[in-house]
Amino acid sequence: MSDAVDTSGAAADGFEPRITAFVCNWCTYTGADLAGTSRLHMASNVRIIRLPCTGRIDPLFIVKSFERGADGVIVSGCHPADCHYTSGNYHARRRFAVFHDLMEFVGVDPRRMTFSWVSASEGAKWRDVVDEAVANVRALGPFEAYRALAPEDAGVAAPAGARVEAEAS
Amino acid sequence: MSEVREVARKLLTDGTVRVIVGWEDARRGARPVFVTDPADTERLIFDTRCVHNLVTYLNPRRDNVAELGKIGLVVKGCDAKAVAGLLREAQLTRDDVVLIGVRCGGVLEEAELPKAASLSPENVAPRCYGCDNREPELVDHLLGESQPEPPRPVMTIDERVAALDAQPLEERWAFWTEQFSKCVRCYACRQVCPLCVCERCVAEKSRPQWIEAPPHPRGNLSWNITRALHLAGRCVDCGECERFCPVGIPLSLVNRKLQHIVAERYGYTVSDDPESPAPIGDYRLDDKQEFIK
Repeated sequence: MSDAVDTSGAAADGFEPRITAFVCNWCTYTGADLAGTSRLHMASNVRIIRLPCTGRIDPLFIVKSFERGADGVIVSGCHPADCHYTSGNYHARRRFAVFHDLMEFVGVDPRRMTFSWVSASEGAKWRDVVDEAVANVRALGPFEAYRALAPEDAGVAAPAGARVEAEAS
Repeated sequence: MSEVREVARKLLTDGTVRVIVGWEDARRGARPVFVTDPADTERLIFDTRCVHNLVTYLNPRRDNVAELGKIGLVVKGCDAKAVAGLLREAQLTRDDVVLIGVRCGGVLEEAELPKAASLSPENVAPRCYGCDNREPELVDHLLGESQPEPPRPVMTIDERVAALDAQPLEERWAFWTEQFSKCVRCYACRQVCPLCVCERCVAEKSRPQWIEAPPHPRGNLSWNITRALHLAGRCVDCGECERFCPVGIPLSLVNRKLQHIVAERYGYTVSDDPESPAPIGDYRLDDKQEFIK
């Protein structure tokens, strides 16, 4: 055990949600980029992972995010009829609809999972999506229920950095 | 059942098929049997103990079965849906199999009984209640007499799903994490499933390891969500995964929930029509998207 500062956000008052965003290269990533270059103010809790298309996003990515300590996720891509690959987002829409409903059945609060269409020109919408997702997850608190599933030797609620350290030692 | 034996004998004698896969009466109850000798067709039976979905032997993962030569397979309605699933996904060629369909009035929950029992609310397999395919159409031969509808079980699967749905999120989470924490990751659910067709399952991939291999609650949840999702809109509700589960996870509830989801969202019901496209892998421009911002 080191005395390193706890960055997991598990502190009682200073909870900062950790949110993973899976976005498509062509619309939402560019939209998020626009939000940045436009100097829009938004919550800084989101880690963006860029993929070619929402059709490339396996629901397992979301499961893995929760496993690795995310409190919430965002999945975002091109609006219907705007997909760079014509139909990737339509396939994704069905897949995530089923996933969304299944996770709700299993007992995961759907407010931890945000799905959106953000085009390359919608920097402001991206900001709104991020702010809303962060506000939702902040209200729900850290996803302790998922972290409690961790095997005992993996360390409960270990921040991503600490986990790598533990594996290396 | 003499009709099945007759058809099987004829198919074997005239060389249409090399092997018949059906059920036989064994010491511990009904069990699957492979018959290659026309004389052995006397062993074939069909009664309420024939719960097994024999379509699992057509799964491309079991290529050792295909090596036996052309197969004649005895199927119930639910099993025929699984054949349609394999055809739909190009995992099987229709000419490679002769389907001997049996009219079905439901089966027992338990195959290992010395004698066939008539069905009652206590012993009927819950999935049989409300079955929409008791006389399969996909088959080459449809045998047996018309059967009465299966009795209503003490508690139907739909009622159990509805009871769960009515609970608050935390209760559902507690229920499922407890159920899945029992999982020993034997993958019997996958092995027996006629529609789990991947040559290499994502659960076995280690670089990167998408699904944690040790049987702890976190990896178990990941595996069970994945198994269910991969069968969304494909599962034929044959109940084999739950029957084979050594720790008694109520997989039929997840499977049924997914059936509800695809029915509600896409108006899709799994049938034994191989031409109808499965809902995942298909789309409509105006699919419901109320969950998307």
